[in-house]
Amino acid sequence: MSETQLMVTGEKRMRRLSEPAPIGSSQGARRVGRVFGYAALIVAAIALLAPFAWMLLSSLKTSNEVFSAPIVWWPETFVWQNYLDIWSKSGMLTWIRNTLLLAVVVTFLQVLTGSFAAYGFSRMRFPGRDVLFLAYIGTIAVPWQSYMIPQFILLSNLKVSNTLWAIILIQAFGAFGVFLMKQYYETIPEELSEAARLDGLSEYGIWRRIMIPLSVPAIASLTLLTFVNTWNDYLGPLIYLRNPDLWTIQLGLKSFVSNLFDTNYALLFAGLCISVVPIAIIFMLGQKYFVEGIATSGMKG
Amino acid sequence: MTSTVAPPPNRPPRRRSALRRRNTLIGWTFILPNFAGFAAFTLVPVLILFYMAFTNWNVFGKADWVGFANFQRLLGDGSFRISFWNTIYYSVMHIPLTIVVSLGLALLLNSKLRGVAFFRTAAFFPYITSIVAIAVVWNLLFSPDFGPINAVLRSIGIAHPPGWLTSKDWALPAVVIVSTWRDMGYYMILFLAGLQTVPRELHEAARVDGANVWQRFLNVTLPCLRPTMFFVTVMLTINSLKIFDLILVMTNGGPGQATMVLSQFIYRKGFVESQFGYASAASVALFLLCIIVTIAQFLWNKRRSV
Repeated sequence: MSETQLMVTGEKRMRRLSEPAPIGSSQGARRVGRVFGYAALIVAAIALLAPFAWMLLSSLKTSNEVFSAPIVWWPETFVWQNYLDIWSKSGMLTWIRNTLLLAVVVTFLQVLTGSFAAYGFSRMRFPGRDVLFLAYIGTIAVPWQSYMIPQFILLSNLKVSNTLWAIILIQAFGAFGVFLMKQYYETIPEELSEAARLDGLSEYGIWRRIMIPLSVPAIASLTLLTFVNTWNDYLGPLIYLRNPDLWTIQLGLKSFVSNLFDTNYALLFAGLCISVVPIAIIFMLGQKYFVEGIATSGMKG
Repeated sequence: MTSTVAPPPNRPPRRRSALRRRNTLIGWTFILPNFAGFAAFTLVPVLILFYMAFTNWNVFGKADWVGFANFQRLLGDGSFRISFWNTIYYSVMHIPLTIVVSLGLALLLNSKLRGVAFFRTAAFFPYITSIVAIAVVWNLLFSPDFGPINAVLRSIGIAHPPGWLTSKDWALPAVVIVSTWRDMGYYMILFLAGLQTVPRELHEAARVDGANVWQRFLNVTLPCLRPTMFFVTVMLTINSLKIFDLILVMTNGGPGQATMVLSQFIYRKGFVESQFGYASAASVALFLLCIIVTIAQFLWNKRRSV
């Protein structure tokens, strides 16, 4: 309950004489409510962030301290060396380069083709349009896991499996981008494009000069969401990228766990932190767009 | 100049149909770049899937039509049955738990407490973290002897805390805990967006009528949230039925087959054992399960809203 709301309703309550008005107790109840609210917030915040704190602290421990009984919560000395060793003792640099390449290309294609198609779906009228859009929406209910096998066989026959192309092809043309952009285009008044048409702008011109500049928030949302998804993807690379030179950061870090019998966990945690930090920064900077993008995608319910 | 303005009624019909043809053409050029990729790598594979499921497609690409043999084999396959029930068990635990937790968080964040903005960021953090990082960290947290979770449990007097991922009974609940932890920030945002649509006047009216917090939640907030609740349930159901990557990285189906789920069964039969035809039949089962459950939810929602 917001404070203003309580104040407003408190006033109303005074006017209603038929009602018992326990003003004092309501103030007390409000205080109790706030205390409970804060307690719940703190507990939830700890539950949400403790694993990250554990990851960060472990990355600065010695390898023995990570696994020890009784538990070492705070590293005795901060081993910053872990953050230097990880680069020389693993293919971290290659993994990051591959991941970055994939994330940038996939995001670019998804945003470009997604917004282009969204214009067709939201501004052009032609037979078959709605059926086509339904096909897009329908695939949201179809899990990728159920068609990953024929997709793999198809791409193997096209000779692109075990290349970065495979990941680009399966991820750049998702329905999600089209859906998100269309959802946003619907909120832009049709009159704007009408006026531009009368001024002699072609449909492509309207898309480029009017819709693109006006839909910057939606483009930002889609860019961030796609980038993060591609960066974090594990299954696609797992199935398609067998050659260690093509590994993404997720595959690389996972191989770090399973390959060495005596995994150096401190080093692994340093790697995990390095893989999470860019995403965390991107998220902090574009938080607003993340939240808006997700809220919009939920609007169709 | 291309123009989609509806032609005035007094124009000759031939020009109008030419205009319509041009509109169709332009419309298609907009959609085509995305649709070509979408059709080639999503629609076509789905169609191939239904063919492959009826063949004994193997690693050499040799495929003979075998009719329903794959599906008959599935029915008698013990590990398929285990994966199916594990998937259902996971969904039945994960869906309500996530709804309750994320709705609770959203209600909390919808209030004017201090620090709410920071908290919203924190709640979203797990969702943007990679599965691999989550799995590695939680595997250690859940470690029966060296893990902080059991250390805390022991310190509050539980002498024999569960073995979590090493125990057949506790492995799946442990996965549910992690995936709820991961997902709640995402669904919280959806609920938060839904809560913005609840009219404030309704709350005030209910308060004036003497409804307490709980009554107002039941009779005002929940009914107003119904569209959001429906969407969240549908998304959660699909996401639960296809659960895979978290399990693959955390437990790889173990111990034994305690956390083996449908997607993983498909992955094993297909990519590990190269029985592509048989794996496709299992894929069709997953496909139909998701579609049928989604359609059922839509029908139920429609009937309830009439």
